[in-house]
Amino acid sequence: MAIHNLLNGQFLNRSSVIGARFMSSWFRNIQPAPKDPILGVTEAFLADQSPNKVNVGVGAYRDDNGKPVVLECVREAERRIAGNQFMEYLPMGGSIHLVEESLKLAYGENSELIKDKRIAAVQALSGTGACRLFAAFQQRFHPNTQIYIPVPTWANHHNIWRDSGVPIKTFRYYHPESKGLDFSGLMDDIMNAPDGSFFLLHACAHNPTGVDPSEEQWREISSQIKAKGHFPLFDMAYQGFASGSPERDAKAIRIFLDDGHLIGLAQSYAKNMGLYGQRVGCLSVLCEDAKQAVAVKSQLQLIARPMYSNPPLHGALVVSTVLGDPELKKLWLQEVKVMADRIIGMRTTLRENLENLGSSLPWQHITNQIGMFCYSGMTPEQVDRLTSEFHIYMTRNGRISMAGLNTGNVGYVANAIYEVTKST
Amino acid sequence: MRPPIILESTTTFSSSSSSSSSSSYSSCDRRLNTLARHLIDVNDQNQMASQNISPSPTASSNSVFAHLTRAPEDPILGVTVAYNKDPSPIKLNLGVGAYRTEEGKPLVLDVVRRVEQQLLNDVSRNKEYIPIVGLADFNKLSAKLIFGADSPAIQENRVTTVQGLSGTGSLRVGGEFLAKHYHQRIIYLPQPTWGNHPKIFTLAGLTVKTYRYYAPATRGLDFEGLLEDLGSAPSGSVVLLHACAHNPTGVDPTLEQWEQIRQLIRSKSLLPFFDSAYQGFASGSLDADAQPIRLFVADGGELLAAQSYAKNMGLYGERVGALSIVSKSADVASLVESQLKLVIRPMYSSPPIHGASIVAAILKDRDLFNDWTIELKAMADRIISMRQQLFDALRARGTPGDWSHIIKQIGMFTFTGLNSEQVSFMTKEYHIYLTSDGRISMAGLSTKTVSHLADAIHAAVTRVA
Repeated sequence: MAIHNLLNGQFLNRSSVIGARFMSSWFRNIQPAPKDPILGVTEAFLADQSPNKVNVGVGAYRDDNGKPVVLECVREAERRIAGNQFMEYLPMGGSIHLVEESLKLAYGENSELIKDKRIAAVQALSGTGACRLFAAFQQRFHPNTQIYIPVPTWANHHNIWRDSGVPIKTFRYYHPESKGLDFSGLMDDIMNAPDGSFFLLHACAHNPTGVDPSEEQWREISSQIKAKGHFPLFDMAYQGFASGSPERDAKAIRIFLDDGHLIGLAQSYAKNMGLYGQRVGCLSVLCEDAKQAVAVKSQLQLIARPMYSNPPLHGALVVSTVLGDPELKKLWLQEVKVMADRIIGMRTTLRENLENLGSSLPWQHITNQIGMFCYSGMTPEQVDRLTSEFHIYMTRNGRISMAGLNTGNVGYVANAIYEVTKST
Repeated sequence: MRPPIILESTTTFSSSSSSSSSSSYSSCDRRLNTLARHLIDVNDQNQMASQNISPSPTASSNSVFAHLTRAPEDPILGVTVAYNKDPSPIKLNLGVGAYRTEEGKPLVLDVVRRVEQQLLNDVSRNKEYIPIVGLADFNKLSAKLIFGADSPAIQENRVTTVQGLSGTGSLRVGGEFLAKHYHQRIIYLPQPTWGNHPKIFTLAGLTVKTYRYYAPATRGLDFEGLLEDLGSAPSGSVVLLHACAHNPTGVDPTLEQWEQIRQLIRSKSLLPFFDSAYQGFASGSLDADAQPIRLFVADGGELLAAQSYAKNMGLYGERVGALSIVSKSADVASLVESQLKLVIRPMYSSPPIHGASIVAAILKDRDLFNDWTIELKAMADRIISMRQQLFDALRARGTPGDWSHIIKQIGMFTFTGLNSEQVSFMTKEYHIYLTSDGRISMAGLSTKTVSHLADAIHAAVTRVA
């Protein structure tokens, strides 16, 4: 009876309730967390009332009307899936079909490595989840190692390895003066790292700079990494999205594979299939033989189980349906090329506009860089002016998300950049 | 594709060596020369060419993970693996707690199918990233579902809810949050508990201890033991409580016992962390199954609660759940949210949209919600009916022992009391698959298969010690 009274709120005098009210919150000493620098940009953009506002902050694709896109191949896949699938748990390692298709995409349709079953692979929660699984795996089996990440890199890489308890070191990557690759710095740092270090490499369309090594440079990087016995972990978030060709965008990986490296690879379908919110990806680790691959996969599963038990189903069904059907796959390849081409087109247009405006600064880096992002070289102060005077939103490191540009706003943005960089 | 180049540790890079195949050799040579051009002064190149540069011993195709051994099968999920391998035409899977129909088939709820179609037909929907904390309406609706729409904690904005990867993911995020921000690193788990609990919390950074819960002698609650163990826990310790339908035992405290547990926990300043994986699925009533949690919220104290929609909405593979933290004040609740984001972002950035969209659509629409409660009750009723049928079948066979716990326990599972030898026997002789602790998933039974199970239990009890 007393319990029912309690539930009905009849015990209004709360001090009669033992223990609960006399203490203040256990959590009152928690500090407010800093806002995520990238997502905070979108929040500010949404709050802006100006009709001219432009969001070149978050890296999510937009069409020429500035709208998000759901690919037609994805819509068709979903039509086929709805009503026809159970929603049972996937295995801990995720959808086998999704993993198979992902390996073919990354390692090559006819890869011997796949035939020989040498690749340990599990479905992961997009690129973030794949990196996190690897970081936890690295910590467990090589607890005395560090991860070398490029300067700069996607900010969340720092968080992922830090939360996994793996110390972080950096290697030189971006060359501010040339707005290109600091190749000699990069090679030096690879050489000077202790033998057997773990290196995180962006397979293509480096985030945030858009600066990728050339094929020749990749070969040298591969060679030096091999000489030092380092472990190469590739983060490939833009396969197909960078050049328009998935095969071409996997070149760095294929070079390393040809060189005999036993790579790790984090794949994401967020951008290249527009499946951002579905959280679909794959983590793979190339092993010496099938037996080792079985062992490694089983250990990766042991890391997934206490994190989320098994990965989400829907996105995996979409990807497997698209990649597993030749017609849908063909459609996907066309659609991903359209996205890549639009972005490449915007790069050209932006650069031309700036040059035609008479800017005395060099802007070749806009078209030299590749992928979703352009590292403009603008200072934080210039970025602040872009926002306050022109309602253009981007991260303060000068990173422009090219997907946010379209034929309707590229002239306006070019003019604004010209204005704020005029005095440089 | 060329075969991988394997470097022997004795291979030298000077241009006049005769070992190794010439093709791999000259390509390494070429690369080193290119490298040399970038890194070394021309004057030094001559010097370098005359030295023998050996690659480090690790610079071969030896894997850095060669020392790994194959991990053992997950004890629970491994049961299904073994079941699938069994070629026998008559076999029964009573391992994983996934609902099955009378025909032994998985079930997608009708409301879920309808919402699936709705979402599909809504071309205005896109697949953009959802916020780190998940869908806002999903979070609000989940909090209302578990705490009650009129909960004072909700009305006072003291509840922080984040979307999680089903129950597992919500527990893990909660555990990591506590390990980072809470002053006490010890969590008490009931003995026994779901096999994944200790791993989740250990990896989250907490120290796991246990409190007595199940009494094998009575196949019921060891209430005295529970009170003693929680009573001697260090102040501030976290206590994991199964909100209803305890997994694996099916043994729940009565409401009166819950009230005593609450008083004890509050008097010792322990922090309750509820795992609610079966709301509505246990008794058939969403509100009844949430009573223990609401008892705690009503006293104004703080707590954590992890919710799962895997069973009660049949959304297993979509991984939909929520973590709620009830704090003392609205200010604290918003601090908490900002810090939860920092736990989630490096784990998976943001949660998946699909399952949460389905749940939100059902919870917010009165008709869909009502239809859901009907389907939910049907599942719960079928399980309750299976319990009765199994009990009756054992009684009819005169199987030795008291089997009333089968109808006293609640939820998906029955802790039969069978030992691991008896379990092995049942698997070997009768092709019945269950976890070695004697736990059977009632959801895997049907009217047609009950007698087979009863025969197996009877045989195990009479022939195996």
